[in-house]
Amino acid sequence: MNPSPLRRRHLSVAAASAAAAALVLSACSGGGSEDGSVEITFLSTSDEDNTALAEALIEAFEAENPDITVNLDGRPGGTEGDNLIKTRLSTGEMAEVFNYNSGSLFQALNPDQNLLDLSDRPWADSLTDDFVSVVSTDNGLYGGSYGSSFAGGIVYNGAIYEELGLDVPESWDDFMANNEEIAGAGYDPIIQTYGDTWTSQLFVLGDYANVHAQDPDWAEQYTAHERFYAEEPALAGFRHHEEAYESGYFNENYPSATFEDGGSMLAEGTGVHYPILTTILSSIRFNHPDAVEDMRFMAIPADDPQYTSATIWQPDGLYIPNTVEGEQRDAALAFVDFVTGPDACSVFIEAVNPTGPYVNGCELPADVPPLVQDVQSYFDSGNTAPALEFLSPIKGPNLENITVEVGSGIRGAEEAAENYDRDVENQARQLGLEGW
Amino acid sequence: MRAGRARKVRTLGTARHAYPLWFYLPAAVLFLVFFAIPTFASFYFSLTRWTLFDQEFIGLENYIQFFREPQLYQSFINTLIYGFVTSGLKVVIGLALAVLLTSALVGRNYLRSVIFFPVLVSTIGVGIMFKALLDPFDGVVNGALETLGITGPGWLTDPDLALLTIAGIDVWKGLGIACLIYIAGLVAIPQEYYEAARVDGASKWAVFKSITLPLVKPATGTVIILSLIGGLRSFDLIWATTGGGPGFSSDVIGSVIYKQYQAGFYGLSTAGNVVLFLVVTAIMVPISLMLNKREIEQ
Repeated sequence: MNPSPLRRRHLSVAAASAAAAALVLSACSGGGSEDGSVEITFLSTSDEDNTALAEALIEAFEAENPDITVNLDGRPGGTEGDNLIKTRLSTGEMAEVFNYNSGSLFQALNPDQNLLDLSDRPWADSLTDDFVSVVSTDNGLYGGSYGSSFAGGIVYNGAIYEELGLDVPESWDDFMANNEEIAGAGYDPIIQTYGDTWTSQLFVLGDYANVHAQDPDWAEQYTAHERFYAEEPALAGFRHHEEAYESGYFNENYPSATFEDGGSMLAEGTGVHYPILTTILSSIRFNHPDAVEDMRFMAIPADDPQYTSATIWQPDGLYIPNTVEGEQRDAALAFVDFVTGPDACSVFIEAVNPTGPYVNGCELPADVPPLVQDVQSYFDSGNTAPALEFLSPIKGPNLENITVEVGSGIRGAEEAAENYDRDVENQARQLGLEGW
Repeated sequence: MRAGRARKVRTLGTARHAYPLWFYLPAAVLFLVFFAIPTFASFYFSLTRWTLFDQEFIGLENYIQFFREPQLYQSFINTLIYGFVTSGLKVVIGLALAVLLTSALVGRNYLRSVIFFPVLVSTIGVGIMFKALLDPFDGVVNGALETLGITGPGWLTDPDLALLTIAGIDVWKGLGIACLIYIAGLVAIPQEYYEAARVDGASKWAVFKSITLPLVKPATGTVIILSLIGGLRSFDLIWATTGGGPGFSSDVIGSVIYKQYQAGFYGLSTAGNVVLFLVVTAIMVPISLMLNKREIEQ
């Protein structure tokens, strides 16, 4: 999910002002260090869900650690936030603790040079191998975990599936057959929202688990510049996107609809299939709480049903810059220990809907919404693979525009895939990879 | 020749400056720190692979890479279309409005301020406003068209239309400046010419063609240069309305460079900026020389 396209970007004024208020309040209450108290800052994205979560975590942490005050600082999401993080790290102005993507964006922070090694922390052994691999380099483990994993695929309206008596499709053809019935019943079969361009990538990014199922070495060879999106099996994502466009199954306002509109269409039942991340559940819970039980998840179907599997995104990491020293470093470590450790499980579960399994041993509650159970069932049957960004450092910055082209009929699948293969060259060269 | 040079040297050496040289020092320091050094630094960084954390000198590789961008050709064409369309429309409409607004018209000053008003508004604000107005489904514009029985197009979402729509918004926003320059040019034309033409019985069109048009040429030159430079390096309005989309259909060089910054390719996008600088210079210098030459010939 490199240039963070797959993160919710809407910046809420309310959230920003809440963060500002929190800053002012904590600045007022911040005592001197002569009484043994320490003040640190936690830099986090300032969207609504995340601000509420960060505040809840800080409150629980301060209750247990009365000597430590944690100030919350907000930052924008998306590429603007990426640049802010890099600038502050490179100028030594970074907050004591910050959360940020794991995977390829994390690697771009030069962790060995800028971050504190956390491999000796008590929670290090509780992390899943998948997560450890996306917050580590050869020299160390740099990230605590921040929240649950999530899946990318098709979120669909289960109530309409039930009403029409449809089965979850195993193959792409089954999926298109379902779409035909849905269209016949007067609903929009596929929701697309190019008003937020990042949402257009899911046909391709969510298909990666299917590629991985057919060829587990694909990511490695892709990084070595030996495999290409313009060839099968990876081309399937682009091909399916083109087919979906040509079938005319999209909602009429797809060129300008936004992520939130997509959530509303899904929740109100005007549209049935939305290729998106399961994090959309938070938005639906916020805007349409009654619809949460109707929301279900399926992997993007492969051409051959035996390969159909769910693509999984790892949660963000929690990092400490290595310029932090002394009692502030101890306080920052205590905060990361708390958030990643078992004590914060209940805070996470209460503050945000988990959208997939946790990576630090936190158990999902028994009464999770059906969508999360669907994700879990893919894990239980072993039909999952990490998203490509966790296996390869290469992600072209223009994928979202290229997929908008495919989904708007501007360009065909093969040409678009070729363009994307050229687009990733910039990234590979920037990283100085061999063979590019 | 020799004598001339000698005199020049002498005047330079012994000229009595109005202020001591060190009075210029603060300005020179500001110029160096905020202009000269960053300019040369950007030329240097365009030759490096630069991640903000470290840099590696890679020669001209960024420039080679920049010209290999798949979208560059399209965005270059778009930049030219955008620059020339906005500039041309500003000249034509700006002159027409200026002629109208210098004639004896009721509410002339009010109309002048109405036309100048959009210049005062922030470009990003204008972009966001038009994005809402022109939304193909909830927008006011298509809503109004619908009451007339017309199905409005996707102004900003139709790939064939997006760039021209933005050019239209740009003209709406920038017309005030063009109009202002023309009004200044028009009122500077001596009334005697018009009176003489009227005595000779010239038609209104003949007066416009033979007196007004040639005599506002300096103003036309200024409008063309200003709006063409603005159009060629346009970015903010395009970013606020379509972000270069749908797909890449309204991408210009400026937005391609910005996307590279976003992606963290700092050296590459700095190279793009140098290229943009050279392109704008290559187009503007001949045009401005040509316009100025005509002015002198007059």
